[in-house]
Amino acid sequence: MRSLSAPIVEALVSIVGSHAVLTRAEDLVPYSFDGTATLNERPSAVVFPQTTEQVVRCVQLAATHGTPIVTRGSGTGLSGGSVPTPGCVVLCLTQMDAILAVDPRNLTLRAQPGAITQRIDDAAARHGLFYPPDPGSLRISTIGGNVAENSGGLRGLKYGVTRDYVMALEVVLADGRLVRLGSSCVKDVAGYSLKDLFIGSEGTLGVITEVLLKLVPRPAARRTMLALFDRIEDAADTVSAIVAARIIPCTLEFLDRVTAGCVEDYAHVGLPTDCAAVLLMETDGHPAAVADEASQMESIARAHRARDVRTARDDAEALQLAGARRNAFAALARRRPTTILEDVTVPRSELAGMVTFIAETAAAEALQIGTFGHMGDGNLHPTFLTDERNQDEMRRVHRALDAIVKKTLELGGTITGEHGIGLGKKPWLRQQMGDASFELMKQVKQALDPHRLLNPGKIFD
Amino acid sequence: MHCGMCLPTCPTYDATKRERNSPRGRISLMRAIADGTLDVTAEFADEMSYCLGCLACQTACPAGVNYSMLFETARGDIERQHAHRGAARAFWRWLTLDVLFSKPRTLRMTGRLMGFYQRSGVEAFVRRAGLTRLLPGTLRRLEPQAPRMARAFSNQLIARREVPRGETRYRVAVLTGCIQDLVFPDINRDTVDVLLANGCAVDTPATQPCCGSIHAHNGLLERAGDQARRLIDLVPPDTYDAIITNAGGCGSHLRHYSDLLGDDPQYRDAARTWDAKLRDVHEWLVEIGSRAPGAAPFDRAISLTYHDSCHLVHGQKVSAQPRALLRQLPGVTVVELMESTWCCGSAGVYALTQPDQAGALLRRKVGHIDATGAQLVATANPGCHLQIARGLGDAGLRIDVAHPISLLASAYRREGDGQARR
Repeated sequence: MRSLSAPIVEALVSIVGSHAVLTRAEDLVPYSFDGTATLNERPSAVVFPQTTEQVVRCVQLAATHGTPIVTRGSGTGLSGGSVPTPGCVVLCLTQMDAILAVDPRNLTLRAQPGAITQRIDDAAARHGLFYPPDPGSLRISTIGGNVAENSGGLRGLKYGVTRDYVMALEVVLADGRLVRLGSSCVKDVAGYSLKDLFIGSEGTLGVITEVLLKLVPRPAARRTMLALFDRIEDAADTVSAIVAARIIPCTLEFLDRVTAGCVEDYAHVGLPTDCAAVLLMETDGHPAAVADEASQMESIARAHRARDVRTARDDAEALQLAGARRNAFAALARRRPTTILEDVTVPRSELAGMVTFIAETAAAEALQIGTFGHMGDGNLHPTFLTDERNQDEMRRVHRALDAIVKKTLELGGTITGEHGIGLGKKPWLRQQMGDASFELMKQVKQALDPHRLLNPGKIFD
Repeated sequence: MHCGMCLPTCPTYDATKRERNSPRGRISLMRAIADGTLDVTAEFADEMSYCLGCLACQTACPAGVNYSMLFETARGDIERQHAHRGAARAFWRWLTLDVLFSKPRTLRMTGRLMGFYQRSGVEAFVRRAGLTRLLPGTLRRLEPQAPRMARAFSNQLIARREVPRGETRYRVAVLTGCIQDLVFPDINRDTVDVLLANGCAVDTPATQPCCGSIHAHNGLLERAGDQARRLIDLVPPDTYDAIITNAGGCGSHLRHYSDLLGDDPQYRDAARTWDAKLRDVHEWLVEIGSRAPGAAPFDRAISLTYHDSCHLVHGQKVSAQPRALLRQLPGVTVVELMESTWCCGSAGVYALTQPDQAGALLRRKVGHIDATGAQLVATANPGCHLQIARGLGDAGLRIDVAHPISLLASAYRREGDGQARR
């Protein structure tokens, strides 16, 4: 760890106040990591700005001294995007957490970046509205982090991801300029869509200080079902058949036997632990449409050899099931000390093949993998249950990872569907993008942050 | 695993929004110490004192991290390395942990003296004369919060062995606790009555050692082990169908004796049997299918709400059972309490060591209780009971506090009266 020179610390204190600058070891250690396994680096300071003005001045100060900045929210990211870089100042935006306005006439919500995702949907719900993106960590993740990572969630199939709900952003650039991108208009084609450049930029291009989000009407009804299968392929075929029947449910989540067992250990929601695959299916919308879709989905699942299809009794049970599923990743940590989570995504038509390949790879390398994911989106989370202290096993994990990535790319897929590149997925990005588009991306970074001050070393070196 | 799912459930993180005040942050500090990249400093000691030990994080943790054990081990390290400052602190620790809560007879004697002081008019004189100003800071803060001592303790209210009128279905032992014994011995009496009414023969040893919860919680794990051995000797677990506790804080510690005594070849097996037989009273009653009372606990119908003691809901995962028993009561409407599983700030001695944070939590709790419109709040831990009663009093609210088992006992007693029968 490098410590910050006294004048820089004093200048930070003069901007945000002494209570909002942390430099003691006991304060910094807890900011050395995010939700990603095995990555750790102690920052030289953590700063809590309260206003956009303070963010601007912090960035200007960092630019003057060439001090790198890593912006962070609640630190729940899963690719190391907000893990500190050596010598950096962490700009923690959790105290800029106001929901500034809900506009029911324009169906928008304006919030500061530190607002908690769940609170945003709660605020929308008070007006009969809905903010659909629901990453697994929504009870604590911040909207700024969601936008920076372009987070997905369980409802991606029908409702899309964070990008689909961002109408405008306020961003502080690397040189301290403040820009507003996008507008509250449904249609807006004035110039390049620069806001889209910042969505999913992982804090490498600017610091998001305000977001304007699109809301939709809250669905009137919802039905949640569990379908149980003895073969994973049958679950995958069920998903394809549902989509082919022109039904777009809001959720089609898959858990394999290992994952379902861990989740059940934690949540006690009655997940079966003896079948090869569990599909969590949810449809929402007009009550008549929901009833019709639910009955069709049930028949399709049964036609594909589902052992049983159960329907949640009420909203409380439905919420419990979805909540249990959201904790699948962390629940897998019950088995082994280290959990390494992947985020590969393939076109839906290739899903069954991918699932089989993952199982075969795990068997070939004698590794334990729990797989779950958003089957409706083709987005899988094969999770290695391993031990970082066992070097031989870690070598096999890396071999298996390489094989899974190679297969994903062969099938026309992507190495990350919703977690981002951060530090964790860097080695494979050029391979996926190809040289030309990889270099184009670096040119964009060069244009916006020539001195590499903002989250340096993330996405690419 | 550091996914952060514990953060929104942690009262101290909620107050400061700083990682080090969260379970995930505290565990990262412990890990840094274990890895040798951080020392056991006074800052670390302060942080571990700031933690309520409410264990809400343990309920939230999908990965099943045993925070309770990490927390007690960390406090143990702090004590061994003398990272805490101050001679006054050392004196109070000696007095409470080494003397009062290690010697049950001394504790009762102290309770008796305090009761005399409170009732004889000496206390009133001292307060009128302003003599409390002469006390050192901690004691001055403590003095007005000192609970009123009961006139008779559990051993004067409960015979060593009591048998039900009808058939004996189960043999159980009742643990009377320390604070429960001095301040709420009626709750112990009520517990025995409710067990008798449900076919349990009840053994209640007259003088019981502290279960060791307070020692473990304050980093004295060896002393906690000694207390556990004494209690196992006094209440041999093989003899009983269940060992019953009615205080959330004690129960949470009592059911993990095998963690404490796992390395003791002489007590290991008994500790395992002990853990298997230990039951919170509500849990036991639901398990044996207790009888719904035929009368209401009060003359008039009332509405009540329920506050979950942290160590009952998070430490023991008992939350449905007390509610189920309360719903069985005739003439009672149960209203759910917002944030019922959020700590009230009592947390052992926390209200004394961290008065600001404890006060903020108490005001939040009292606000939610007030919002229910209930006339009574039920809770099953003496610390919560005292803290909430004080908070309601300070807020000028006329809302009673009672243990769920006391309400059940009252309902059973009134069955014979012929009134309020349903």
